Amino acid sequence: MEGNLSLVGYGLATIGPAIAVGLIFAAYINGVARQPEARPLLQPIAILGFALAEALAIFGLVLFFL
Amino acid sequence: MILAYAPQAASLPMVSGDEFVPPGPEIFYLPLIGEGEWAITEQMVWGGVSVVIICTALLMLTRNLSIVPSKSQFLLEGFYNFTRNGIARDMIGSKDFLRFVPLLFSLFTLILLNNWYGVLPPVMNPTYGRIGFAIAATVVVYVVYHWIGFKRYGFTGYFGHMIPEGLPGFIKPVIFPLELITYFITRPLTLALRLFGNMFAGHILIVLFVSAGAYFLTQDVVFKLLAVPTFLMAAIMWLFEALIQALQAYVFTLLSASYIAGALAEEH
Repeated sequence: MEGNLSLVGYGLATIGPAIAVGLIFAAYINGVARQPEARPLLQPIAILGFALAEALAIFGLVLFFL
Repeated sequence: MILAYAPQAASLPMVSGDEFVPPGPEIFYLPLIGEGEWAITEQMVWGGVSVVIICTALLMLTRNLSIVPSKSQFLLEGFYNFTRNGIARDMIGSKDFLRFVPLLFSLFTLILLNNWYGVLPPVMNPTYGRIGFAIAATVVVYVVYHWIGFKRYGFTGYFGHMIPEGLPGFIKPVIFPLELITYFITRPLTLALRLFGNMFAGHILIVLFVSAGAYFLTQDVVFKLLAVPTFLMAAIMWLFEALIQALQAYVFTLLSASYIAGALAEEH
């Protein structure tokens, strides 16, 4: 069996952003559950946070191929 | 390097027997005319077609506007209002947002259609899976938000505006380089790479499942059975990608609006 160690590295690198995205949406769901009328206010904030956290995983993907 | 064309496929046999070659970055290089870096690729043609489709659709739908909207007009207005109110007004604020609506709406429709090319059968290849397209869209946003920032605050005023208000004096020289890097390097870099990376990874994932399923069909009985869940997974990924692609178009527009708002904001 052969392969590339950077594959494992990228797998490990996605753990951080994955936890971050989970936390962000957990907080968003919590907020909406407590106060449903705050949903339009919270949604862009949650998506923004998600996009910023996800960028780290994308960096990892790009570095893997470079 | 993914930025260039046709790199070698990494050899990673997944099943013994005949070699299975997993899809790599080379599946995005589809030249139609010419060779090398200056070839006219399939994505360029489809990108042009998307502009034609969007223009015709919008012109057709807005030809007979009436006060009591027809069904198609109602749907179009809902779509337009989503960008206008949901993205532009919420992020930029009701004072300045109106002159950025055309830019944001164009970005949103163009990226949405080009991303959905990745799941639409005649194309099945997201245009933004080639990084050049993502860079071009980012350059537009980059120029716009710096331009309006310099225009509103003046050359030195804009740099002063980058430092958040209410900081103690000694920390300002530390924050300023960080903000400079954020404004000029991190923001455009992440904006382009996020769109590109998502389309790139999503398309590779779909091709991986489909080609693995096709490979299993050529093997013996046990592997033929494995082809069923593999194709099922490909179908699930296909649906998931449609969602991600719409979300990425939304995120790109939302972040563009937020960068514009950041360059205009009265206070940080």
